[in-house]
Amino acid sequence: MTFVQTRMSGGIDDASLAAVNEERKRLMRRRFEKIGKWLLPALVLLLSLWFWDRIVVWNEIPHYILPGPGKVWTTLVTDWGLLYDALKITFRITMLALLVAVIGGAGLAILFTQSRLFEMSLFPYAVVLQVTPIISIAPLIFIYVENKLAGLLICAWIVAFFPILSNTTLGLNSTDHNLRDLFRIYGATRWQRLVHLQLPTALPYFLGGLRIAGGLSLIGAVVAEYVAGTGGIGSGLAFTILEAGYRLNIPRMFAALLIIAGTGVFIFLTLSIISHLLLRKWHESALKQEQ
Amino acid sequence: MDDPLVVHSRLSVLPLSLSLSSIDGTPTLVDTHNQEKLLAVNSVGKVFSKGVVALEDMQLTINEGDFLSLLGPSGCGKSTILRMIAGLMEPTTGRIEWEGGVEQSNGSIGVVFQEPTLMPWATVEKNVWLPFRLQGKTMRSMRNEIDEALHLVGLDGFAGSYPRALSGGMKMRVAIARALATSPRVILMDEPFAALDEITRFKLNNDLLELKAKIGCTILFVTHSVFESVFLSDRIAVMTSRPGRVHSEIAVNEPYPRNETFRTSASYSSYCRTTSEALENSISEAV
Repeated sequence: MTFVQTRMSGGIDDASLAAVNEERKRLMRRRFEKIGKWLLPALVLLLSLWFWDRIVVWNEIPHYILPGPGKVWTTLVTDWGLLYDALKITFRITMLALLVAVIGGAGLAILFTQSRLFEMSLFPYAVVLQVTPIISIAPLIFIYVENKLAGLLICAWIVAFFPILSNTTLGLNSTDHNLRDLFRIYGATRWQRLVHLQLPTALPYFLGGLRIAGGLSLIGAVVAEYVAGTGGIGSGLAFTILEAGYRLNIPRMFAALLIIAGTGVFIFLTLSIISHLLLRKWHESALKQEQ
Repeated sequence: MDDPLVVHSRLSVLPLSLSLSSIDGTPTLVDTHNQEKLLAVNSVGKVFSKGVVALEDMQLTINEGDFLSLLGPSGCGKSTILRMIAGLMEPTTGRIEWEGGVEQSNGSIGVVFQEPTLMPWATVEKNVWLPFRLQGKTMRSMRNEIDEALHLVGLDGFAGSYPRALSGGMKMRVAIARALATSPRVILMDEPFAALDEITRFKLNNDLLELKAKIGCTILFVTHSVFESVFLSDRIAVMTSRPGRVHSEIAVNEPYPRNETFRTSASYSSYCRTTSEALENSISEAV
């Protein structure tokens, strides 16, 4: 727009100069955005850490009330052995729960699309299960389920399976109607339609659900651990936080919290990468990321 | 319905085609005597659940090797009759009669929709493989058929591409390749080029005729473009709007191959005029 206007008012030199300026501005803006995407959050982090540290130092707050970031870091290093063991337990339960959520969620979704009767009978209960807070179901589960691991898994599964179920169901029902007709014309069986048409159509929807479920299964695992403890299978991160709280070991609480948050981010990033790898060749979402 | 002349019963009451048949090269009544019949649409009617009468007493004969266009205003039931021939829908009254019967699942009917209708997650060759795949045939055993079909539509070298990397015209070519790969008895095309730009459409029209000359298939082509129907077909069935039925048939007695010379010839214009008038009449009569 600027280019055209300048060209009309001034000579050709003016016009090309304006175009070059415009281009330079555009490039600078893009470079700024590229760097800013990483630099700005890092800056915010550094500032908050510094501010946190200053509050502790200036007010002379003892570390059993609020440890400074440096103290948290040294605890993370010195307690790493203990924390790592706890992480392994929590991570294992999270991953197992996610696996069960995938099998259960996607499996139910496939059953739902195969039988309307099945969907009508069960879907309301899937919703009820989803909207009831897990923290209120968990104590009951641990009364009836002897096995700690099984109980934790059930809790995490209840939290995580619903986004996979609802997303996959939506995907399985989103097939292109012309393609559906084409499959009919070529005499596709129910099974062929499911495998070659419905499942590929549902894949992006499923992956979207999976990313949500990844975070939720970690939440489910942590909440269940708070309720039940992890007696018998070693203590996970949530239990470590509880225990450290009883002992007023506040730095360790922070360190464990840091690890839980890091685990959540790690799960999200991993699932995002998997999703991108599976879709990058054909799906619109991956196309936009490439540009 | 053994007598193909029954198809023309409706024509006899229409002075239109007859009055214009005097000049050389202008439309005449359709003569289907020396062609083998492929299928007959016999008094077909279709009433939808809401009481909408889409088709009423539709008569149409398709012969081996025909390039027959169904021309009509939107909502005249062109696509409905196509869906019935494809076996996607049952007629409310009347019947679709195939010579020697038809087994639908073995790829004896090829379909091209208005959209390319490709599977975005599959490469071009896998899209063309689809009809064979659903018959349980491996891609390796069908290699020649797939390559041949892609070659016929001019897409050599694109076998491994994903649909998203192709232009609208090229996607349509893939859809055509998929439809003809199984050597179907008839290819049904439902306004396949309507969404494309004119330059691409002309090119694809030319290529479609070339293709038909090479493999000699039968094509039933639904369109709402007078120009397209005249350029492509040897017979045009003009339909009335709701309830749809065949209003008149126009024979385009121009030899194939047709090319740009035909598109700019006087006889082309004359056919276009005749067809437009027939379309105009079909609409005004319906109103």
